[in-house]
Amino acid sequence: MKHRSHSEQHSGKRPRVPAAAASTSTSPQDGMEDKTPSNPRELTQNPLKKIWMPCKNGLPEKHISQRKVCMTNCPTLIVTVGLPARGKTYISKKLTRYLNWIGVPTREFNVGQYRREFVKIYKSFEFFRPDNEEGLKIRRQCASAALNDVRQYLTEEGGQVAVFDATNTTRERRETIIQFAEQNGFKVFFVESVCEDPDVIQENIVQVKLSSPDYANCNTEEAVEDFLKRIKCYENSYETLDEVLDRDLSYIKIMDVGQRYMVNRVLDHIQSRIVYYLMNIHITPRSIYLCRHGESELNVNGRIGGDSGLTPRGKAFGKKLSQFLETQGISDLKVWTSQMKRTIQTAEALNVPYEQWKVLNEIDAGVCEEMMYEEIQDHYPLEFALRDQDKYRYRYPKGESYEDLVQRLEPVIMELERQENVLVVCHQAVMRCLLAYFLDKTAEELPYLKCPLHTVLKLTPVAYGCKVESISLNVESVNTHRERPEVGITTHTNTHRYTQ
Amino acid sequence: MRGSCRSRNTRDRAVCMTNCPTLIVTVGLPARGKTYISKKLTRYLNWIGVPTKEFNVGQYRRECLKIYKSFEFFRPDNEEGLKIRRQCALAALNDVRQYLSVEGGQVAVFDATNTTRERRGTIVKFAEQNGFKVFFVESVCEDPDVIAQNIVQVKLDSPDYIDCNTEEAIEDFMKRIKCYESSYQPLDEVLDRDLSYIKIIDVGCRFLVNRVLDHVQSRIVYYLMNIHITPRSIYLCRHGESDLNIKGRIGGDSALSARGKEYAKCLRKFIQEQNITDLKVWTSQMKRTIQTAESLGVPYEQWKSLNEIDAGVCEEMMYEEIQEHYPLEFALRDQDKYRYRYPKGESYEDLVQRLEPVIMELERQENVLVVCHQAVMRCLLAYFLDKTADELPYLKCPLHTVLKLTPMAYGCKVESVYLGVDSVNTHRDRPENVRAQRTTEDALLTVPAHL
Repeated sequence: MKHRSHSEQHSGKRPRVPAAAASTSTSPQDGMEDKTPSNPRELTQNPLKKIWMPCKNGLPEKHISQRKVCMTNCPTLIVTVGLPARGKTYISKKLTRYLNWIGVPTREFNVGQYRREFVKIYKSFEFFRPDNEEGLKIRRQCASAALNDVRQYLTEEGGQVAVFDATNTTRERRETIIQFAEQNGFKVFFVESVCEDPDVIQENIVQVKLSSPDYANCNTEEAVEDFLKRIKCYENSYETLDEVLDRDLSYIKIMDVGQRYMVNRVLDHIQSRIVYYLMNIHITPRSIYLCRHGESELNVNGRIGGDSGLTPRGKAFGKKLSQFLETQGISDLKVWTSQMKRTIQTAEALNVPYEQWKVLNEIDAGVCEEMMYEEIQDHYPLEFALRDQDKYRYRYPKGESYEDLVQRLEPVIMELERQENVLVVCHQAVMRCLLAYFLDKTAEELPYLKCPLHTVLKLTPVAYGCKVESISLNVESVNTHRERPEVGITTHTNTHRYTQ
Repeated sequence: MRGSCRSRNTRDRAVCMTNCPTLIVTVGLPARGKTYISKKLTRYLNWIGVPTKEFNVGQYRRECLKIYKSFEFFRPDNEEGLKIRRQCALAALNDVRQYLSVEGGQVAVFDATNTTRERRGTIVKFAEQNGFKVFFVESVCEDPDVIAQNIVQVKLDSPDYIDCNTEEAIEDFMKRIKCYESSYQPLDEVLDRDLSYIKIIDVGCRFLVNRVLDHVQSRIVYYLMNIHITPRSIYLCRHGESDLNIKGRIGGDSALSARGKEYAKCLRKFIQEQNITDLKVWTSQMKRTIQTAESLGVPYEQWKSLNEIDAGVCEEMMYEEIQEHYPLEFALRDQDKYRYRYPKGESYEDLVQRLEPVIMELERQENVLVVCHQAVMRCLLAYFLDKTADELPYLKCPLHTVLKLTPMAYGCKVESVYLGVDSVNTHRDRPENVRAQRTTEDALLTVPAHL
């Protein structure tokens, strides 16, 4: 529940628009409605996204009304807090990946990176000693340089969220950042990670510190010993976020890797989403298996969409998939399918319980459902060209776009984060979206990710990212992947001919 | 939805909420919003399809005692009172067991003070014996203004104080709170570290969350962290009358008729007269809602999830045509309008799922006007007015009428404002004969008039 103090109520501030969307509306000022009844503006439908926009003389006027929800009125600066080896960078990278995937332009700024670029060669923990004046000076400079880049990103490059990843363990340092944010009109949200479990810290060091450039020339024991001394350098001056002293700040304190959370003054939608996300992720080792349904009847006919059954080869894949899973020896595997026949048939072959999710259904191709690409070219050449121009944002008439897909798949991603071992039997476009989330692919790359039939992708979180193993189950199938063609609006059928 | 306890077949549900039933237990001194939270949470969970019921121990006490005399009943040294209160708690727990184990309930909200560790220990044991998970929701607040406001809003109207004047009631209630204070043991970070709970501090200013175990607990935490009690109003209306409306056709993406445009102008005037601070305006991504919002002359946000229900193969058909081409589908729809999914389209049940983020954002916001569609508006209205799955698809949401919803006490006040512009009626009541073999006449009996 929200506690609304007077200062938090904004008076009609115009929602901020990321660079990707249109700029401000030309309608009257906020809150000051036109007293004379005006003629409502004509609407035109944007050909790519099928969004209705006001227009003048047949040309669209810029309008802010396109985003699903205004995430925030002003840019947000997320600031990590915590001793070394508490998972700050893990959280920063994961959060950045998630926010970008759901469409919030986000970037992380790791002060340690700045330090490495500056100092070039890391000698030892002595650099971090609290009485090392030279070291302190350099570290302060690096933090300032990073904040400068933050300002650049949020103010000029259209960034919406910046994640400032550093220890930020003193109230003094945090105060500097708050002032910086205030001067620039950024909201601040702190994410603190507190943990005293020596096993967790040890595991952390092994997973991500040993392979750090800082320790390129050390053996394991040396590295661990030095790093533990490094942590000690921070401990004396560590001022954790305090319930009383920091009661006016917005923050989440994550304790013992997510066992407990303290959440203070969540101010807006995006902070609320960040909190929800952070409270659902975990670090228990597990694997996520992604695959498509077995080859379907419409697949072999070169048709998209529809709700057809499996071909004999598709059924063979189901059997092979069952065998494959058995060899994997997975404990407690959850199996999810869409509500389309072909994924359910595939899961049926596994002989285990499975859950059907409507939101895992394939992208809705609207008027192009069950067409061959050649037919789309014949009947809707302009649409076909528009799709190739911007496959991520292109929405089929009466259908969906990849961008829409991501929005509807967000609850799946959230639940995947909560779960452990899961097999998701889905569809080409859906699988591309999910894969893009795990592998941090851009909107441009996403619609062209290769997700062939009869191939399982095994994703295992490792260090700061995700290991991918691609396993073809050796059952023949058609190829449904259509490469990115040469760009250009043309109705020449040759350019866009689908090739098997 | 309430009244539609589903079977536990996990294949049907979007996500298996939990493996075993969940017992939510409120904790807190009187006048800390426990019942408010219980009722709101119950309403939300039922709306998203998790069969939930609340059990208010105070209700049991009122049924047992018949007449409330004074705070003396709650004195910690009142043996008779303690005995009765313990019995009431047990009776309530018994009904909880019945609901979760026998009647297909998924979540039970046990609404009482539960302020001692001993009482909570009893409940935890009860839950363990029955295979229920326990999740505590504690509300802690020491702001005297908030507490006074709480007493005024919901205690003065309580059956307990029917024969008292305001001053007497407040005085007695304050003494009642005092009776609990000395024995109050709030959930403790150390002593209760193995329990699953959320502690809500100062009406949502701060939260402490411990050991969230599963999906439903995670959703509950997210919901509780997004609701607020700042006074505000939510305005719901449909787009102005559209060209397809006039023709008696469903779905599509048509423009406003002349009368629809007239309505948009009246809506603008109405909104101006309401003098609302900081009104947010949301529309769907369909032309008719956007055209309506354009007339308001203020910024608005388009939500694809507010689009009208997808009628699949029946898009842009008249009911007469649906009866002609898909008589079986038409009958199935009348048999279970909530769950019925159009071929290649959606059901009301699907709609609710896609509208959940809208509801969540509406909870976060303050004054909002949502310009949407008939089926969508029915779903949103059902959430605010706690309607069952059976009632939802038949809620009356006529064109050119604004519903103003204002949260009040434990519920929602509704004001229906007809803006005086004529329109077709698009409401089709459930006909008497829903059998597949019915005559065309029987099927079309309740179709509203159109061109």
